[in-house]
Amino acid sequence: MSFGDHIPWLWAWVDVVVRVVIVALVMTLIVMYLTYGERKFLARLQMRLGPMRTGPWGLLQAIADTFKLLTKEDLRPAQADRWVFEIAPYATFVPVLMVLVTLPFARDWGVRNLSLGMFYVFAALGLNIVGILMAGLGSGNKYALLGGLRAAAQMISYEIPLVISLISVAMIAQSLDLNVITELQHRRPFVVLQPLGFVIFFTAMLSELHRAPFDIPVAESEIVGGFTVEYSGIRWSMFQLTEYASMWAWSVFGSVVFLGGWEWPWGGDVGWGYQLFLTFLKSFLWIASVLWIRGTVPRLRIDQLMSFCWKVLLPLSLVQLLMNGFIIVYGWPQELLFATSAVGAAGLIGFIVMRGLHRPKTPSLVGTYKQPQGSSA
Amino acid sequence: MTIWPTEREYLAETDAFDTVDMTINVGPAHPATHGVFRMILTVDGEMVVDCEPVIGYLHRGLEKLTENADYRQAMGWWDRTDYLAGMSCEMAYCMAVEKLGGIEVPERAEYIRVMMAELSRIASHLIAVGSFGQDVGSFGTSFTYAWRERERIYDFFEEVAGDRMFPTYLRPGGLQMDLPENYEPRLRWLINSIRQGIDDLDGLLTGNEIFVERCRGLSPVTTERAINLGLTGPMIRATGYRWDIRRAVPYSVYDQLDFEIPIGNGTGDVLDRYLVRMAEMYQSTLIVEQCIEKLPGGLVLNPDLPKTLRIDDAECYIRTEGTKGEYSVYGMARGGNKPYRMKLRSPSFCNLSALKELVVGHYVADAVIILGSLDIVLGEVDK
Repeated sequence: MSFGDHIPWLWAWVDVVVRVVIVALVMTLIVMYLTYGERKFLARLQMRLGPMRTGPWGLLQAIADTFKLLTKEDLRPAQADRWVFEIAPYATFVPVLMVLVTLPFARDWGVRNLSLGMFYVFAALGLNIVGILMAGLGSGNKYALLGGLRAAAQMISYEIPLVISLISVAMIAQSLDLNVITELQHRRPFVVLQPLGFVIFFTAMLSELHRAPFDIPVAESEIVGGFTVEYSGIRWSMFQLTEYASMWAWSVFGSVVFLGGWEWPWGGDVGWGYQLFLTFLKSFLWIASVLWIRGTVPRLRIDQLMSFCWKVLLPLSLVQLLMNGFIIVYGWPQELLFATSAVGAAGLIGFIVMRGLHRPKTPSLVGTYKQPQGSSA
Repeated sequence: MTIWPTEREYLAETDAFDTVDMTINVGPAHPATHGVFRMILTVDGEMVVDCEPVIGYLHRGLEKLTENADYRQAMGWWDRTDYLAGMSCEMAYCMAVEKLGGIEVPERAEYIRVMMAELSRIASHLIAVGSFGQDVGSFGTSFTYAWRERERIYDFFEEVAGDRMFPTYLRPGGLQMDLPENYEPRLRWLINSIRQGIDDLDGLLTGNEIFVERCRGLSPVTTERAINLGLTGPMIRATGYRWDIRRAVPYSVYDQLDFEIPIGNGTGDVLDRYLVRMAEMYQSTLIVEQCIEKLPGGLVLNPDLPKTLRIDDAECYIRTEGTKGEYSVYGMARGGNKPYRMKLRSPSFCNLSALKELVVGHYVADAVIILGSLDIVLGEVDK
């Protein structure tokens, strides 16, 4: 007869608090080493070494950075709107922490499994924008204002194709429960059924995270960091934490919805250790591809960004939704899901690649550039 | 206290609801300005409606300093005008002094000068293209790609002259010293490496859909307008006009070398300026190769020069094709061991004067790209 038996809800609360603390700690550790990992990864792409001085191969760099940020002065510009400015970093961070509550890292490894998990995730991540707008408006800085407004326009636009591509998956799964969605991918991940949805989700996710090529709100060569420009010390590190934590949260969420999460391949038959391994492997591969894109591509302009969202991604995601509706309502074979979506994905990727192949037509230049001939001037 | 007028303040002035233009200060310490340059942009949302360039942060009084130094001592100041291509600035200055004093230059020295000027051109264009990629938003990858080749060029400069950015290698009447003994394999390796680097950059930037889409059709300039604005160098060649001082008014040994002048498609947009620079780098490698083959023997410094150069009344105007455009020097001597006047017509300054016309009406993000495509060096703008 222990203490908790008299009040049965107590153990549930202790359980949830312990789980939240573990997830938050793991997240902090992952974020710290994600910054290190990103710097090393980008350094490899750019023929540099990256951090090397702090510890062996710079491994302690993350810890040194953390201490530096914690001990730095927390400045507030005189023109800032005091409370809006000071609360903004927390308003951006809390939604990400909220998302981590329902992500299934293994079959039973998550804080709580919600039956409306997917809905909850994108509802919570959508709150992110409030904090960013607060930071942009409250800083009393014009770069920050531009950055905040760009972020608002961009994130609100890209949320629509993002959510529609997720709804397409939910239609197939007939559920919003993330664990159910994962278990349904026992034989094949949903990316096989919904390649178009996957491509749309990945693109829109890059935009939601404002990573390259959609890093318009934080464009460091134009508006020098956008909404984070006036922040320093602990508040700036909250933004940094948010950025990387949401990158990790999105990648776990994306791999649960599209790549089979902890279930595929053979995750359900083996133990929780293998399931955790699968989750982390997939999320880190996902993050690596995000970083790879960042190291390679330049930034879009705001009007190109908007037209890509409203003219390309949104119609395609609606077409995807419509196709899924027909196939599921009339009970047509599941292979048709793959076929239609793959045609769409091939179309989208082909469209981008074809435009990429359309190199600048410069006969006068390329002629001299590739095959030098006699002087012509 | 806010940065824009409150609604009450604003409505007190006007009855209608309207938007307010915002003034953004870009620079002097801003990653997009490539130095200490300042733009005061007036923006309507994301569109630039006015642009006021502010220069002078790097003014060192080059011309006045030159008047107060011996002909040979003043060399060191001229390296620091276009500090990305020290050798070609030295060449212009030395040519001015030689023209004033009627000094002969040995042919071997001329070839080595051209070689060095072309290597500087490559180094300068590499920085232009690499940092331009960063302006467009690639996270430093184009910059490090360009930087690798530029470092190799500077390593070669160090082997030749003992210094990397400001070699002070040239002298009025020739060169400070001859090339090192093993220069030829070293230089051939360097040229191969540069070509490889240009191909890498080409694949990274020109092969990128987003990059091309950002640059294509941006701030086009017609040839007539470019001439009226005084644009030179890659800026005017991008408009499709084959104007290069190396061919138009040949100096040094350029008339004995075989190379092409790349021009743009005729739109004169940002993409054309970028492509012209890429093509010019390749042409410069060809020039360096020809210089290696044609390099005659002999001395590199005129042996008849006195210890102190004294030049009587003389006047000259020297035009050279600097890395950014027409780099011209007006020189005047009135006896003594110091020049009476040395006036620099710096291409960056003249190209920069077109900034307002090019930038107004574009997005803020594009203003940064357009400034990057002008390829200014603040040492040259502010002198």
